[in-house]
Amino acid sequence: MTEAAQTRSPRRKRRIAWAPILALAPAAVVAVVVYIGAMLWTVRLSFTNSRMLPLLDYAGLAQYRRLFATERFTISAVNIVIFGVLFIVGALMLGFLLAVFIDQKVRAEGIFRTIFLYPYSMSFIVTGLAWQWFLNPQLGIQNTVRGFGFPNFTFDWIVNQDRVIYTLVIAAIWQASGLVMAILLAGLRGVDADLWKATKIDAIPTWRVYLSIILPLIAPMFVTASVLLAVAVAKLYDLVVAMTKGGPGISSEVPAKFIMDNFFERANVGLGSAAATVLLVTVIAILAPWLYSQHIANGKAS
Amino acid sequence: MAKPIVPQGRKPGRLSPSRVGVYAVLVVSALLFLTPFWVMLVTSFKTMNEIRLGHIMSWPDAFTFEPWVKAWSSACTGLACNGIQVGFLNSVRILIPSVIFSIALGAVTGYAMRFYRLKGSNLLFSILLIGAFIPYQVFLYPLVRMFSTIGLYDSLAGIVVVHVIFGLPFMTLLFRNYYSSLPMELFNAARVDGAGFVQTFRYVFLPMSTPIIIVATILQVTGIWNDFILGLTFAGRDNRPMTVLLNNIVNSTQGEAAYNVDMAATILTALVPLTVYLISGRWFVRGIAAGAVKG
Repeated sequence: MTEAAQTRSPRRKRRIAWAPILALAPAAVVAVVVYIGAMLWTVRLSFTNSRMLPLLDYAGLAQYRRLFATERFTISAVNIVIFGVLFIVGALMLGFLLAVFIDQKVRAEGIFRTIFLYPYSMSFIVTGLAWQWFLNPQLGIQNTVRGFGFPNFTFDWIVNQDRVIYTLVIAAIWQASGLVMAILLAGLRGVDADLWKATKIDAIPTWRVYLSIILPLIAPMFVTASVLLAVAVAKLYDLVVAMTKGGPGISSEVPAKFIMDNFFERANVGLGSAAATVLLVTVIAILAPWLYSQHIANGKAS
Repeated sequence: MAKPIVPQGRKPGRLSPSRVGVYAVLVVSALLFLTPFWVMLVTSFKTMNEIRLGHIMSWPDAFTFEPWVKAWSSACTGLACNGIQVGFLNSVRILIPSVIFSIALGAVTGYAMRFYRLKGSNLLFSILLIGAFIPYQVFLYPLVRMFSTIGLYDSLAGIVVVHVIFGLPFMTLLFRNYYSSLPMELFNAARVDGAGFVQTFRYVFLPMSTPIIIVATILQVTGIWNDFILGLTFAGRDNRPMTVLLNNIVNSTQGEAAYNVDMAATILTALVPLTVYLISGRWFVRGIAAGAVKG
C-alpha cells in the first residue's frame, strides 16, 4: 500500500528506504554487469574479427560461417547431443530404478543411499581421473579381465575414436544417477499411503503400479531432475578435460571445451564467442519453457 | 549417516524370493558404485611394480604409504615439485572467504527481496535465476577483460569475487525461499517496534536462519572446492586450487605416469567434499532438494 502511494504521489516528500536499495545494489550490479553485460559483450564479439584481443569492428556472420565449417566444432556439437541424450536417459532410468528398489522398505536404507550419492559430492575432475585410470587399456579393467582368463576381452573405448564419447557417458552416469535417485526418492515418499492400499486391494502388480500410477505422479520430480542433468550437459567441461582431454585426436571434444580453448589457448576470441552464442541460444531454447512454468508464471500467480 | 527407519505401511514379511531379489539388486549396484573408489584406493597403496602387473582391483601385496607422501609433498606440476599440498592450501584460502561472502550476500539479498517489495526486485531475481542456468563460458571472456582492467585478474581477491558472483543466484534463491516460508507478521512486528532494516535482519531473521545457513554452507563448500573452470581461469599461477593442480599433476606427466601417486592425489582432493557429504548426510540431500524443487 505505502509503496504504491509513494510512487504515485512523487510530490509528497516521503522518506525513501535506502537500506533495502543498498542491500540489493550488489545483486543488481551483478545482474546488469555480469549476467546481462558480459553476455551481450560475448554476443557482440561474435560479430567481430577478434583474434587474440577483442576488436569492435563488424564482420557480419563470418565467425558463424567459420564455426560451422570447423570440424572441431561440428564434432563437439554431435558429441554433446549423443552425450546429452544417453546421459540424461541413462541417469534418469538408473536413478529411478535405484529409488524404487530403495523404496521397498529395505534395511540399511541409509547406507545404500549414501553409496549411490557419494560420487555426486566429488569433483568432475576426480571422477574423470578415476575413470581414466579405471578404463586404461594397458593396466585397467581390460587387463584385469584378461588376467581372469579371457585373453581376448577388449574394452578399449577410452582410446577408441568411435567409442570414447560413451566412456564419458558412463562416468557421468556414475556421478549423477545418485542425484536423480535422491530427488525421485523424495517424490516416492510423498506418494499417499492410501494409494498403495487401494492398489493392493485391486491386486495390481507392483511394477504396474510404479509404471502407470506412480510415474505420472512424480513427473514433476522427473522434470526437475532432467533440468539439472541438462544444465550439467551444457556445462560439460571438467570431466572431458580430466578424462580424455578431448581425445583421442579431437573425437571427444565438446562445445564448452571448444569455447574455452578458443578464448584462452588458440587466440580465437571471435570464433569462441560465436560458439558461446550458439551454446547460449541452445540452452535458452531448451530451458525457456521450464523456467517460465516453474518460476515466472508461478511468481505472478502468487 | 544411519537414519532411524520408521516402520510404516505393510510389515516386511519373511524372506520371500522377491525380497532376496531386491537386496541382490541393491547390493550389486552398491558394489558397482563403490568399484571406482575401491580401485583408486588400492592403487594408491601399491608400488609401481605391482601396478604394472595389472590387477587393478586386487588388494596391495606390498602395502606402501609412499605414494601418499609423494602426492602430498613432492608430486610435480611442470617444473615445481611441491606436491598437492600447495593446491590444498590455495583451495582453503579461496574457500573460506568465498563461502562467507557468498552466503552473507545471498542472505541479505534474499531477505531484502522477500520483505521489501521494491520495484524491479522480481525482475532482478528472474535475471539472476536465468543466469544461473547458463554455462560460464558465455560470460567468461568479457569477465576476464573486466577483471584485468580493474586489477582483479589472477589474484586471490579476483577468484573470491568470481565465486561470490556465480554463487549469488543460488544463494539468493535459497534464502528468499526460506524467508518466504516465514510469516510476514514477524517482519511487521519488528518494524512496529521500531527496528530498522539491519536490526530486523540481525535480531529477528538471522537467529532463525541456522538451518538454511547449514544447507548453504554445505552446498558452497562442496561446490567451490570442486570448482575447476573458475579457478583455472581467474585464480592465477600462485592461487591455483587443488582441482587445477591435481589435473596438472596427472595429465601433464612426462614419461610413465605414477598411477599410485596420481590416485593418492585424486583421493586427497576428493577428501574434503566427501567428508562434508558423509558428515552432513541428509542435509546434503536437503540442499539438493531446496535448490531443485521449487523456486
